[in-house]
Amino acid sequence: MLRYAIRRLLFAIPTLLAISFVVFALLDLAPGDPTAQLPLTIPPETRALIRESLGLGQPFPVRYVRWLEQFLANEPLNLVEVLLGIEIGDSEGRLRVSSWATRSPVVDLIAQRLPQTLTVVGVSYLVAILIAVPVGVFSAYRQYSVFDQVGTLITMIGFSVPTFFTGTVLIVIFSGVLGWLPSIYDTTHRVTDLASLGYQLKQMAMPVMVLALFSAAQISRFTRSAVLDTLHQEYVRTARAKGLAEPVVMLVHVLRNSMIPVVTVIALGLPTTFAGAIITEQIFRINGVGALLIGAIEGADIPTVQTVTFIFASLIVFFNLVADLLYGILDPRIRYD
Amino acid sequence: MIRLRTPILTALAVVTLAVAAAAERGTDGELRMLYWQAPSILNPYLSGGTKDIHAASLVIEPLARYDEHGDMVAWLAAEIPTLDNGGVASDLKSITWKLRDDVVWADGTPFTAEDVAFTAAYCMDPSGGCASLASFQGVGSVEAVDDHTVRINFDVPMPFPYAPFVGSILPILQQRQFEDCMGARAPECTEENFAPIGTGPFMVDDFRPNDVVRYVVNERFRDPDKPAFSSVLLKGGGDAVSAARAVLVTGEFDYGWNLQVEPEILQEMEQAGKGEVVTAFGTLVERLVINKTNPDPKLGDTRSTFQDGGNPHPFLADPAVVRALSLAIDRDILVEAGYGPAGQVTCNVLPAPAVYASTANDWCLTQDVEYANRILDEAGWERGRRGIRAKDGVRLSILYQTSTNSVRQGTQALIKQMWGEIGVETELRNINASVFFGSDPASPDTYQKFYADIQMYTNNFDGTDPQAYMTGWICDKIPGPANQWNGSNISRYCNPRYDELAAEFAETGGIEQRAALAKRMNDLLVSDGAMIPLIHRGEVAARALTLGGMRHNAWDSTLWNVHEWHRIE
Repeated sequence: MLRYAIRRLLFAIPTLLAISFVVFALLDLAPGDPTAQLPLTIPPETRALIRESLGLGQPFPVRYVRWLEQFLANEPLNLVEVLLGIEIGDSEGRLRVSSWATRSPVVDLIAQRLPQTLTVVGVSYLVAILIAVPVGVFSAYRQYSVFDQVGTLITMIGFSVPTFFTGTVLIVIFSGVLGWLPSIYDTTHRVTDLASLGYQLKQMAMPVMVLALFSAAQISRFTRSAVLDTLHQEYVRTARAKGLAEPVVMLVHVLRNSMIPVVTVIALGLPTTFAGAIITEQIFRINGVGALLIGAIEGADIPTVQTVTFIFASLIVFFNLVADLLYGILDPRIRYD
Repeated sequence: MIRLRTPILTALAVVTLAVAAAAERGTDGELRMLYWQAPSILNPYLSGGTKDIHAASLVIEPLARYDEHGDMVAWLAAEIPTLDNGGVASDLKSITWKLRDDVVWADGTPFTAEDVAFTAAYCMDPSGGCASLASFQGVGSVEAVDDHTVRINFDVPMPFPYAPFVGSILPILQQRQFEDCMGARAPECTEENFAPIGTGPFMVDDFRPNDVVRYVVNERFRDPDKPAFSSVLLKGGGDAVSAARAVLVTGEFDYGWNLQVEPEILQEMEQAGKGEVVTAFGTLVERLVINKTNPDPKLGDTRSTFQDGGNPHPFLADPAVVRALSLAIDRDILVEAGYGPAGQVTCNVLPAPAVYASTANDWCLTQDVEYANRILDEAGWERGRRGIRAKDGVRLSILYQTSTNSVRQGTQALIKQMWGEIGVETELRNINASVFFGSDPASPDTYQKFYADIQMYTNNFDGTDPQAYMTGWICDKIPGPANQWNGSNISRYCNPRYDELAAEFAETGGIEQRAALAKRMNDLLVSDGAMIPLIHRGEVAARALTLGGMRHNAWDSTLWNVHEWHRIE
């Protein structure tokens, strides 16, 4: 298993390099100009100087190699320096990947935004799993019951109604009409005591609900069909024929086996927790990673888009590996060595 | 009755005065503002974006500002230099600013003329990518005469010498803080760019790029009673509609900026009674820019290039056709559908300040389809297949492009229909704003390349003097391959008479003479059919009814007088 994991990690290096090239090249070729958002009162000659100062004058290969160096060498070095509080070589002169819009290091921007994304999107994913798995299992166990029918209806709604709609509806109801919850996420809020924790929960309630509804719909459908598959297996019939109690049959024989595909789906969904929820973050003004990405795309802030996209790609590669390894742990029949 | 009322009023006035006098610094709590376009940097010289300029204007200040009427008011300067008070040299080649002597930086160090001279050097360094470089055009040197006097020397006589350091795009930076951030090092100074030390009423406490800025009172601000608010929260992100909702409906914020939202939505939100929509008009004009050259794709590399007049547009080069197109448009409907109180019909490229506004083009204010049809008939354009006019094998078929934006697409559809009534066929196209307003010379879709017959966007100028703006339409400023398509004369308009007027304008002093010239230039642009002005656009904001002291300003940062804002019951 360990050898397999190491082999997969080594294979990931060329994959990620290829991804980095594609991401960099695609964004570089895409039309867009960081000075496009400036007022037209700034004359074209000045714009040309601004672009020059952003380093846009250099040819593509030079910029690609510089970005790779900055991202793969300088940024990790900087991270080590910050974590250990030491200085390695010429840390002042070392260039980091800089955003065009803020003129500050992109990695700092991501670090600033990751906590918000992890709390909101992470909690919503957790809530979704906690709701979806029991609902899915029970719907399968009582297939075609009223519970199953209602569950199917709700999941269908959750799956097909976009978050920008549910989000706005919730804001209109809970902030506009009832006035219970804030419609705008206060990112400067700090949790220090019970009252501030209460406010934090209040401002998280709507975005978490919106996102959880969407993810729960997906996961519960998956759980339901996986459990249904297992319920029709011969060994389940055998277990029942042996006279085992129904809870034992469900929890020991059915659940563990049916969880294999579900765990994979959950693991593959995890990168989105880091990627943030672009639309939901925008609606509730949560300054997460998703909001950073969409803002950077709108402002043609190419270094930020490239870096964030590449980090997502790495996370997806990584969680694919995690899913594969979990498979081996959950299913003793699968052996990688 | 009347006799009774007067004492009551007097009593009321006394009470009000007492309340006003009692207002002290930092007693009104937090001011909450919502900018749906979030600030990304607090150094306006490195950004140029309006949102960043506004967010910085609470902290760093210029020598003089424009008030809500477009009049200059001395800010960090003791007075506005003029020819009469000797501040402006009689040869118009220098201006001397006297600075206030009661100003200190928020860190306690005195504000001096050296800081002003430094700021000029900072922006004029060509490797720094300074967004306001154009405001220093013609500036030879900026020297500190003594601690509180600074002289700006120009290379040529400047009839309007107030470009540098007037208005929120050109605030003074502290030399001590930015000394090591000159030129190519400017973008590396993240800490400085995120929290400039200023002289304004507030200081940056916490800045999270593209998200939120938190300010606290600058205890060293020169007016001991101001500002009334103790802190400011400027939150960013989201979209214009939800920003309007947060001020007008849920009341979570006191102020919302740049709310270009369909008028009926805003009106409905205002009904909630928590806030009101305010509009201020500057020089912003939504216009149709006419391509005076031929954009035919068959021409290859020479399409939409001027070729010294050798590539005229097959029909738009004729002012009569443009006049007919202008007359066919019902501007009132455009305003009603897309702008509401945030728009006024206009026939001028230069609609304001009032002294510069011409009345010679008012023929376009009311739609006259019959007259438009007659013009085209007389010019020999006859209706052919499907009612589309044609002459000598040339059909009146227009490719009309603009940036992607729901209000603009609505306007496009209405205009297409109006032009259909005079036998003009229109094909609509919209392009993503970051491409359209981008200046990638390799992209065929930029507004500068102008591979279309007509395009629509809005433009204005900083401050109140139109010289640089009006000079933008001289023949030399036509974009083309020779200047990497960099040029402000997007219409490819070329009239030697206009060039002469522009040269005269640069040498003429005196507001009346300048206004007369500007009007003539404006009228030439319209009568020669270089542009069809449509709508004079205002800047829309929303304020909570509990926010007082706000004077909404389109000539400067709308937060220009934030030190006077206060809470009212």
